[in-house]
Amino acid sequence: MNFTLSYLLEQTINGITLGGLYALVALGYTMVYGILLMINFAHSELFMAGGYVGLGVLKLLADPAIAKGGLSFLAPMQAFFNSGTAGFVALIAVTFLISAIVVGLMGVFIERFAYRPLRHAPRLAPLISAIGVSIFLQNAALLWISSKQLPYSRADGTSFVPAKTAFTVFGVSVSTMQIMIIVTSLLLLAFLDTFVSKTRIGKAMRATSQDREAAGLMGVNINSVIALAFFIGPALGAVAGVFNGMYYGSVKFNMGFIPGIKSFTAAVIGGIGNLRGAMLGGFLLGIIESLASGFISNAYRDVIAFIVLILVLVFRPGGLLGEAVAEKV
Amino acid sequence: MAETVLKINDIHTFYGQIEALKGISLHVDQGEIVTLIGANGAGKSTTLRTISGLLAPRTGSIEFMGEVISGMPVHTVTAKGVIQVPEGRRIFPRMTVEENLGMGAFLRTKDPAGVQASMDHVFQLFPRLKERRTQKGGTLSGGEQQMLATGRGLMASPKLLMLDEPSMGLAPVVVEIIFDTIKTLNDQGITILLVEQNAAMALQIADRGYVLETGNVVLEGPGKDLLVNEQVRKTYLGET
Repeated sequence: MNFTLSYLLEQTINGITLGGLYALVALGYTMVYGILLMINFAHSELFMAGGYVGLGVLKLLADPAIAKGGLSFLAPMQAFFNSGTAGFVALIAVTFLISAIVVGLMGVFIERFAYRPLRHAPRLAPLISAIGVSIFLQNAALLWISSKQLPYSRADGTSFVPAKTAFTVFGVSVSTMQIMIIVTSLLLLAFLDTFVSKTRIGKAMRATSQDREAAGLMGVNINSVIALAFFIGPALGAVAGVFNGMYYGSVKFNMGFIPGIKSFTAAVIGGIGNLRGAMLGGFLLGIIESLASGFISNAYRDVIAFIVLILVLVFRPGGLLGEAVAEKV
Repeated sequence: MAETVLKINDIHTFYGQIEALKGISLHVDQGEIVTLIGANGAGKSTTLRTISGLLAPRTGSIEFMGEVISGMPVHTVTAKGVIQVPEGRRIFPRMTVEENLGMGAFLRTKDPAGVQASMDHVFQLFPRLKERRTQKGGTLSGGEQQMLATGRGLMASPKLLMLDEPSMGLAPVVVEIIFDTIKTLNDQGITILLVEQNAAMALQIADRGYVLETGNVVLEGPGKDLLVNEQVRKTYLGET
């Protein structure tokens, strides 16, 4: 083990990358909790679904093996997406857009049929329903897609995002992938933050999370706001899922579980229900984990992550940015 | 005779198996202050919540300006101009005073000039809110929160303003301010349906009142008459 500055920097950059993914997923947990006071256990499976949808889109748009395998009408499109920088940027943009929309709609659908009927039931009921949805989605991916780890690449083994070094600082090379993850997550977080604090619909969401009934009396259509939260959260989770697949090179039906728990932890560390808290918690957890695995032991990364959670809960039970709000009666 | 704004015909509202309203009928005419008084659990708040759409009556109907509104979702009823200022203020604690008022005008997207005029009006009624417009709602005192909740209701440009226990938990001085404001708003032409436990004050400013008891209307009449009614005096005004 070495304790050089460049190693510290490298681990920090890895941590920010990981943290960006955690932050994106954590927002989904925290948004739903903020509005419904419910933990959407199916969220980790929507992250997984994002990884799969992304892989499917990438294969359709840029894997020649698919075109040769009977879908020859895809060939001209693939030629464009596989050529040059413009094609690459378009491929990535289209992949993220489609994954986000598809998984966002899945989120809306799940809320409509698995959670909304239980809106006035005891709080345990939608929680159990969420666990059911989670089990269903994992098994659906296992049965209908594959029980194996699927490589995030073309049939010939070439990656959709070539592993390239974007630049080197103090002897530490930063990959294109890392830059993409960090920049995209920061942009999405800034966008969401502005949306929620400045726009009319965003204010309606905040009002709904602060007092749902009072928001209804203002003329806010509560069902629409909840549906929107269930679109945005999973859409961001899907972006993280696609990145996760690209970054680690594969997807598997149970890939959502651990990142899901970590992101939920990040949301709690930041103060569940608080959007900026989820962002802060995500980056913090990513960096701490990465440093722990770099300087202590990779085997201890999860232990350290959860020790941080426990410490935060002991000293600031509401989370770092959470407010100590008494339970409404 | 003035036009009837709100007409409630024999509504029955349930909480699960419990029948909270056992056939309430009442009406509010244009420009009136009508008050509902009664003990805890008489069904006053339930009546308001049923009108605003937070609860749906199992039977019976509610008409607003000739249109049946019972069964409509709460945001649709709000869009018709039936505005409820809820019990316990229910302001948005982590929004500023200005943002809270802005939420009151949530549906008035096509009328920015009107919204600004309403905001000026609210600040003129409650100068205290203007001083605190960048402060978070949750940091205001109880009286200021009631002003904010009332102001937020006014921001919707209400055709019928329903106030649920506006004096609850407030110092007598503040209660005076709130009741003066209700009177002022009524003089400015706003029709008001007021639910109050403070029966004496409510009846003094009300044109008419209804006395509710365990989900039924047991007495109705002009405010002045109810104020001197022996039964009302004994039961609700604490006189022997």
